[in-house]
Amino acid sequence: MSPRAAWRLESLGFTQVFDYVAGKVDWLAGGLPVEGNLADLPRAGDVARSDVPTCRLTEIIADVRARVQASDHTLCVVTNDDGVVLGRLRARALRGDPKALVEQAMESGPTTTRPDDPLKAITDRLQDARVGSILVTTPDGRLVGLLYREDAEQRLGEAPG
Amino acid sequence: MPTSIDRDDVQRLMGEGAQLVEVLPPAEYEEMHLPGAINIPLTDLNRDTTAKLKRDRPVIVY
Repeated sequence: MSPRAAWRLESLGFTQVFDYVAGKVDWLAGGLPVEGNLADLPRAGDVARSDVPTCRLTEIIADVRARVQASDHTLCVVTNDDGVVLGRLRARALRGDPKALVEQAMESGPTTTRPDDPLKAITDRLQDARVGSILVTTPDGRLVGLLYREDAEQRLGEAPG
Repeated sequence: MPTSIDRDDVQRLMGEGAQLVEVLPPAEYEEMHLPGAINIPLTDLNRDTTAKLKRDRPVIVY
């Protein structure tokens, strides 16, 4: 919508027109404040941990394992140089052949959620699926962080499910 | 030709007095919008509804 609006404004004689193509979702992904009726609603991006380890396709498992062990997490997110999520390495994969490439061992296309998704809805989904965490990405697939169900429940004031 | 900008550009331009316009439907604007943004839905964008915008200041649409 915004590109059409930008062109329309130019047709109306405005000469300094800028198009923030990525829009609200991108703004929220940056942790920036918003206004409105639902501004205070907790969202996935509020609780996602941005310090989750990342790795590249061409790295070897041994190096990634060491990186994960040095972190507060038990998995590693596979991304490209632009931060786009390509896959995930969980504990079982990290225990595998240390000389294997990340590309060979990873799970491709993990399920993700958006930073502006309401935290309550995401938490309900995680509880129903009995899943402990979910990756949070921008609409163009860039990693924002890892959302743990436990963190979400704590933020919502719920008892762990 | 309109210039595409990123989040950092938006913040910089806002600091320089840019006008923010959300062009999504009103219900979405009411739920959440960027600080200081006004709502002119794309379907209502015309000479009358944009009369309140200053022509000597940047306008950012999203």
